[in-house]
Amino acid sequence: MKRAGFASRWLPILLLVPQLSIILVFFYWPAAYAVKSSFYLQDPFGFGQTFVGLENYASLSKSAEYFKVTNFTVIFTVLVTFFSLALALLLAVKADKVIRGARTYRTLLMWVYAVAPPVAGFMGLLLFNQRWGPLTEFFGSLGWDFNLRADYFDTAFAMVVVSVWKQVPVNFIFFLSGLQSIPKSVREAALIDNRSASGRFWDVTFPLLAPTGFFLLIINITYALFDTFGVIDTLVQGEPGNNPMTLVYKVYVDGFRGNDLGGSSAQSVVLMVLVLALTVFQFRMVEKRIHYT
Amino acid sequence: MADISLSAATPVVPRRRFRWSTVVDHAILITGALIMFLPLLILVQTASTPDVETMKYGPGLYFGDQLDDNFRKALFEASGFSGENTGLAMFKNSMILGLGFAFGKIIIGMMAAYAIVYFRLRFATFAFWLIFTTLLLPLEVRILPSYEITQKLGLLNSYTGLIVPLIASATATFFFRQFFRSVPEELVEAARIDGAGPVKFFIDILVPLSQTMIAAMFIIMFVYGWNQYLWPTMVTTEEGMYTLVRGIKQIVQVLQGGNEIPEYGRANVLAIIAVLPPVAIVIFFQSWFVKGLTESDK
Repeated sequence: MKRAGFASRWLPILLLVPQLSIILVFFYWPAAYAVKSSFYLQDPFGFGQTFVGLENYASLSKSAEYFKVTNFTVIFTVLVTFFSLALALLLAVKADKVIRGARTYRTLLMWVYAVAPPVAGFMGLLLFNQRWGPLTEFFGSLGWDFNLRADYFDTAFAMVVVSVWKQVPVNFIFFLSGLQSIPKSVREAALIDNRSASGRFWDVTFPLLAPTGFFLLIINITYALFDTFGVIDTLVQGEPGNNPMTLVYKVYVDGFRGNDLGGSSAQSVVLMVLVLALTVFQFRMVEKRIHYT
Repeated sequence: MADISLSAATPVVPRRRFRWSTVVDHAILITGALIMFLPLLILVQTASTPDVETMKYGPGLYFGDQLDDNFRKALFEASGFSGENTGLAMFKNSMILGLGFAFGKIIIGMMAAYAIVYFRLRFATFAFWLIFTTLLLPLEVRILPSYEITQKLGLLNSYTGLIVPLIASATATFFFRQFFRSVPEELVEAARIDGAGPVKFFIDILVPLSQTMIAAMFIIMFVYGWNQYLWPTMVTTEEGMYTLVRGIKQIVQVLQGGNEIPEYGRANVLAIIAVLPPVAIVIFFQSWFVKGLTESDK
């Protein structure tokens, strides 16, 4: 709060009412509901529910399929995060370096930010089309019989490629603005101290970009966990079958399609705990970062 | 010393000599730009060719002449069973979702941020935590209970049910709180000395001051709202309520099944219409958008 504030009594309450009522109804109520449902077993025919304690969690921990999905989610998240960050960093460093056409490059490399994930998935369906997809043909010429939706690995590969394509622009924007905020004096000093360009990058630029990179790391993990839903749903054309899926996708499939509200809620709660842990970790790191700078 | 002039980090060097490293830099950037652009090009190319050709040969090298015909089909002919989900109707729904979400989020967020920053409130800390905890959990982790509650409230297949649950997070509030805190305190004091009340101060001073921030937030929120997929997929089951992005799900399923020739042209045009407005906004208002995006994390 500002020191010089207004002293009105009812106005601030009035101002807060819309925000508070919306989050109470559509945030706290659903969150509490998820926690509660995770302790119950829903009757498949809609006749009430029975309290089962931790049974939903227990069966989750024993489920081989859940283990498989978790496994895939971890690998998928690591790959998507790594490649979207690395490629974006490469492009941002180059875009920051060139003098001619810098603005044009920025536009050409960032517009994909505005493409919806399912539309990106739809483009993926064209590129990886079984019969004539340009990428399928390209892989075919290399001797790789690419088979979207029929082959587990190939589908996973397509999911990673499309998700990375969609995420590179966001990272690019942040890295570029991070690079541009490095003071000129620092660059000039580095220029005198260090003769090789790659040496300058790793010794000066990279550490200065670390805070941006760390922030982006969290953003990318969240993206890979949640926002890739549209990409995955489109690439498997709404029918997951034996294809790879992420944890969020499984919450949707089990709860919305399979009507297993209890099991799905338990999965939701696990995800909530995961995201909370991630955020707490982020806050602690941010605090540390402030001490150093 | 020759090394110093080698670097592009010192753009003041008067003579620009030909260097291989510069060529490599441009080559990397052009490759990147092409990879970003090619999928869209393929989308437009297949949208302009007759469906039979696309079905047989896939994307070709030349543009066909079917683009306007496919545009007409996509905009005015329905693809579902009810005859209500024409491209135009979906475009309208997408607009309502994008604009409603952006306006709702900004207005509610500004009001709450104003209350938190500028007023002495007894339960201010509590309200603050209540609001900012929502930043921690995205809608996706509580998607099913949110659906159940929306259903209980009778809001399925309504714009309220589509928009309001998406607003239930404090990103805009947080953003405006940060901005309001950076506004010099002397302004409030001056306003109070001049006899301006809290409402007058908000409307006449704070809102005009925040113009750039509002514009930046608006672009980000519009794109976010327009591109929503999972939530609209769940709450809209009537075809007349479909947004363009939600319609993609239906398009994909239509392409998949049946022995007839899949309507690639029409499907691709719908995908193009789904992409165009947010992309145009992001490109035209690039500087605001980049500023808003990169400053929202601080």
